[in-house]
Amino acid sequence: MTLEAVTTSGDLMRLSMGPQHPSTHGVLRLIVDTDGEVVSRVQPDLGFLHRSIEKIGECVDWVQFVPYTDRVDYVCAMNSNHAYCTAVEALFGTDPACAVKVPLRGEYIRVLVAELNRISSHLVAVGAMSMDLGAYTPFLHGIAQRETVNDIFEKTCGARLTYNYVTVGGVTHDLYVGAEDDIARFCTELEREMLRFNRLITTNTIFRDRCAGVGTISAEEAIGWGLVGPSLRGSGVAFDVRKAEPYGVYDRLTFDVPVGDNFAGSRGAKGDSYDRFVVRVLEILESIRILRQCLKDMPKPGPQDKPADPDTGWQAEVKKVILRPPKGEIYHRVENPRGETGYHLVSDGTKIPYRIKIRTGSFTGVGIFEHLMRGIMIADIVTIIGSLDIVVPEIDR
Amino acid sequence: MSTEEPRAVDPATPRPRDVATAVPVDPATAVLERFASVTAHVTDNRQPYLLVPAALIVDVTRFVRDHVDIRADALMSLSGLDLLKWPGAKKGEFPFSDLVMTYHLFSYRHARRLTLKVQVPRTAASVPTVTAIWPVAGQFEREIFDLYGVDFPGHPDLRRIMMPDDWVGHPLRKDYAYPTGYGGVVLKRDGQHFDDGPYADPALPKPAKPAAGGAA
Repeated sequence: MTLEAVTTSGDLMRLSMGPQHPSTHGVLRLIVDTDGEVVSRVQPDLGFLHRSIEKIGECVDWVQFVPYTDRVDYVCAMNSNHAYCTAVEALFGTDPACAVKVPLRGEYIRVLVAELNRISSHLVAVGAMSMDLGAYTPFLHGIAQRETVNDIFEKTCGARLTYNYVTVGGVTHDLYVGAEDDIARFCTELEREMLRFNRLITTNTIFRDRCAGVGTISAEEAIGWGLVGPSLRGSGVAFDVRKAEPYGVYDRLTFDVPVGDNFAGSRGAKGDSYDRFVVRVLEILESIRILRQCLKDMPKPGPQDKPADPDTGWQAEVKKVILRPPKGEIYHRVENPRGETGYHLVSDGTKIPYRIKIRTGSFTGVGIFEHLMRGIMIADIVTIIGSLDIVVPEIDR
Repeated sequence: MSTEEPRAVDPATPRPRDVATAVPVDPATAVLERFASVTAHVTDNRQPYLLVPAALIVDVTRFVRDHVDIRADALMSLSGLDLLKWPGAKKGEFPFSDLVMTYHLFSYRHARRLTLKVQVPRTAASVPTVTAIWPVAGQFEREIFDLYGVDFPGHPDLRRIMMPDDWVGHPLRKDYAYPTGYGGVVLKRDGQHFDDGPYADPALPKPAKPAAGGAA
């Protein structure tokens, strides 16, 4: 924490927390007015990572924008790809004449990679939160498992962070040979690892009491302040876009929606930081369930899924087609690790998008800071940032 | 979502009925019945929306939030749109005019969406804030203020959010002029300095020829 200016007025001291502070999860700056250890006001100062992705979207064509969605949220780039591509397909789907049909195997592969990335993103989230509170070891355990996911993605598409794998109409190519075995092995290993992780941190009394009752958000507050995803479910709202507005093959899969229920016991409250932490841990286990069902139900590669000669085969035909969606607009949303990611796409019928608006979970998550961080201790700021799982590129876009 | 507090109802809006009807009413129909100046439209790809006059947006949003059969308790997204380059755009005629705010609403209780639109002229872009209805609107409105230059009277803290405070212009407007530099740094294109625009640095010499390519 850098001491930027000593005093403002009265007894309040103004501190600048970030933008290079390790516990602000990226380039986030908080202007904190404190009275001793007690925080009187927190103002987020955003925009350090603004890359004008929405403006760029008005200059490239519909498919060329996919790599930029990787950079919207690089902790879960597969989900970001998936969110944009399903939105474009929904926009095409409003006109039956130009609807895009995704092969069933493609849909399953998308869900597979999306859930793998959800697991790795949640591992970073819960690991980083415990690291912010002083428990370094669980973070390393989470990162070690995330490496396995990155290895699978590297074998699949060659990249470890920004994938550009999910694309409009499916995925760029099939899974590598042996991917199913790798994912099945990862599921078994992760399940064992999560037991160890829970013994280490989730059920740890010190950690539980540290988070209990900190940053409690009621269900009404969470809805009004636009919290989404695990932060919303931590407050007890059983809402998941995968259930409420199923996309892909999520309507064929069985999984539960974990909600916060005062897991910390007598010292906590429903919707506190510990509830949000536990919801993420439970979602990792649900994702493992989804992965296993996908591996079981996924159709074998058909003739259309086989790699073809990119210069003469069907891929060459696909390359010639320039996507021109119908004139009009759509708001489509999916469930990402940081909650609902919505795309408001406006098309004027040409190959260049007229407007791409990205609604992300972290952007609204930051909005509640000023409301939530009034009269708390400075150290609890770190707890709340960690429990809301803020990823800064998603805020600034 | 188990607890539901009764909200204070503005006397200007009709009192919501106390019991939800068996078949919830269509949100759009209820709004159209209550507000005569709201009109129903569909987009070119048949997505329905309601066009709300800017002055009425607070009343309409409070109505749809508090109406027991609509209960639009969440503002999913609020996005701006500049129609300047929309095909066939003609000034002063909807939908071919100026700036449009799109409110994507969602009801967690009834699992239903509702889309509202507000159209404002680009020269006097001003929409009353809905932060009193949904606090999350504060973030979205700051973003639109920054990138589209729309004023939201009544907003508690209307500042730029993405761009620096001293930035000139609103980048997502379709007639936005790209800056020629910022903070003393001059951008070059084809080896030549930009020599006009809001960020041109008068201290820097203008290159005589494009091939000169002098460093800034």
